[in-house]
Amino acid sequence: MNEKKREPLFHIVKREALSTKDALVLRAVAILLALVLCGIITMITTGISPIEVYKSIILGAFGSTRKTWVTLQSISILLIISLALTPAFKMRFWNIGGEGQVLIGGLASAACMITLSDKLPNAVVIILMIISSILAGAIWGVIPALFKAKWNTNETLSTLMMNYIATQLVAFYTIVWEVPKGSGKIGIINQDSNVGWLPQIFGSKYLLSIVVAVIVTLFMYVYLNYSRHGYEVSVVGESERTAKYVGIKVEKVIIRTMILSGSVCGLAGLLLVGGINHTITTTIAGGQGFTGVLVSWMAKFNPLSMILSSFLIVFMGRGASEISTNFGLNQSFSDILTGIILFFIIGCEFFITYKLKKNHSHTKVRKEEK
Amino acid sequence: MLSFLSAFIPRAVVQGIPLLYGSTGEIMTQKSGNLNLGIPGVMYVGAISGVIGSFFYEKSTGGNVNSFLAVLIPMLCCLIGSLLMGLLFCFLTVTLRANQNVTGLAMTTFGVGFGNFFGGSLIKLSGADVPSIALSATSACFSKSLPFASNLGGFGKVFLSYGFLTYLAIIIAFVCSYILNKTRLGLHLRAVGENPNTADAAGINVIKYKYVATCAGCMIAGLGGLYYVMDYACGVWSNDAFGDRGWLAIALVIFTIWRPNIGILASFLFGGLYILYLYIPTGMEHMEYQELYKMIPYVVTLIVLVITSMRSKRENQPPQSLGLPYFREER
Repeated sequence: MNEKKREPLFHIVKREALSTKDALVLRAVAILLALVLCGIITMITTGISPIEVYKSIILGAFGSTRKTWVTLQSISILLIISLALTPAFKMRFWNIGGEGQVLIGGLASAACMITLSDKLPNAVVIILMIISSILAGAIWGVIPALFKAKWNTNETLSTLMMNYIATQLVAFYTIVWEVPKGSGKIGIINQDSNVGWLPQIFGSKYLLSIVVAVIVTLFMYVYLNYSRHGYEVSVVGESERTAKYVGIKVEKVIIRTMILSGSVCGLAGLLLVGGINHTITTTIAGGQGFTGVLVSWMAKFNPLSMILSSFLIVFMGRGASEISTNFGLNQSFSDILTGIILFFIIGCEFFITYKLKKNHSHTKVRKEEK
Repeated sequence: MLSFLSAFIPRAVVQGIPLLYGSTGEIMTQKSGNLNLGIPGVMYVGAISGVIGSFFYEKSTGGNVNSFLAVLIPMLCCLIGSLLMGLLFCFLTVTLRANQNVTGLAMTTFGVGFGNFFGGSLIKLSGADVPSIALSATSACFSKSLPFASNLGGFGKVFLSYGFLTYLAIIIAFVCSYILNKTRLGLHLRAVGENPNTADAAGINVIKYKYVATCAGCMIAGLGGLYYVMDYACGVWSNDAFGDRGWLAIALVIFTIWRPNIGILASFLFGGLYILYLYIPTGMEHMEYQELYKMIPYVVTLIVLVITSMRSKRENQPPQSLGLPYFREER
């Protein structure tokens, strides 16, 4: 009798690999539950009916043509940043410095726009912007990688510190370039001449980042799944010892992957500064360097699923900000909702890998044996 | 010089205390093998929970606060708020075996959002007719220093001019240091962080230790947020004011090579670096250099990180199973 009491109600068993369909269903259920909880919380804080909540969320993201375009554009920027971080994560290199790499890329392109606008023709400025922002991002990414490769320095913290160094650099240059003096901000750069503004394609100012995002997604998909580099990244991620044993130079892979990761982040910075905002502030990356980590992880490092996960985050974020604007609440409301969805998705991964078994059958068997 | 120091040191100390709470909490957490990157979020939640508690208390009394309750209520709210965050982290990472980095980042997103949301909307939600959250009565109780401190000149200013949470932080750091190094409890905890398999085989309840250490760590860290808003910021909540101190606290853990007692001095040093830019003369013409000087704490942390990893002494390494989930079945 005593023994039976001591035994826990469940025990945990590892599943045989769950079929992709079942795994998807499980995740969908988790997201659905999270959305229900988000709706309830919104209802309590704002007092509107749940149907109204979901309607506002959808209207916030797709309420008008402009809103739809902005949503798509935000998705593509978040997607590019998440894709940038993915090869590093696949290698188990926790690059949480996306924020800094985006910022420094943006700073480099802003520098070209401001200092070269009256010296060189527009096309040359844009080419220089592309080169310098990608280069700046790559440098910002490779510094922690060098430390990691050489002395095994903890990359989570070194990339984090690089974020703040980048933020302070931007703050420094914001004051150097501020217009007008003493205002503490740069304002729209080259508003009259439009030098360094990335070109609009098909007459739409939103389309450029979307096209770039599609290209980067396809590139990452092929790079990670069908190239030698991508293979080496997965091997290093699975086991450094195995990688060394089969003759992969781990240090080289770490450095190379972080150059790639940083330069794609720099590209996102270029799009943010040259294509979308035409200015730079310390908050231009808006925490997407961190959100990108979660987007990438939610998609299990698969570039194609990342389209879905970044959609989910942006959709909820824009919906929540619509609700908070309508009700005069604080904009951080979207962070709370995003957090709740993430907790549910994180939790549901457990049920994809493991299952709970009731301990009933065991006790029965034991009795029969006696 | 002496008068400069007696002005500089107290300011460095008050800057350092939130970092000390955060890093002590994170050291306890990491010693159990959990890398909690959610500490910045936990500190926000701790701060705002305390603010909410004292906001309603002050509102109900109309400014006539009982100083004992004015301290007790925010402290309890803060501890409960941070405990809930700790339980959430443990439930996801220990019970559900989720990735600790991802869980921590999600907790930071959630916690910072939670703090800023309620900080910005509390007045509207509660229907109070005050322009901003300014808990001056509660803050006065928190920052009350010894009455004779101001009579003791420089000595009093440097050592005795702080509110009680300052001394509590130092006491907690010493107690944690003692527990970790001198007691059986600490030995077991370190065993769990170094090698949970061995600890489990020796009859230590790994899951219990992880839960308790992480939750206690979160509660300690949450107090850092409370200290910031009640004592340092004089009870005035402003969004994002707490800034990146939570991340600095995590960096401080490595800086102090996982020793809470070193953390006391190190956090004051960091506090000093944090405000050093105010003391470097720039002149009115070149205010931009201040922004560069604000970089100093981060650059120093980065350098320390690299140097400790270069020297790679065995006793200065992180707990061996840090960041790894523990599966009893998968050995």
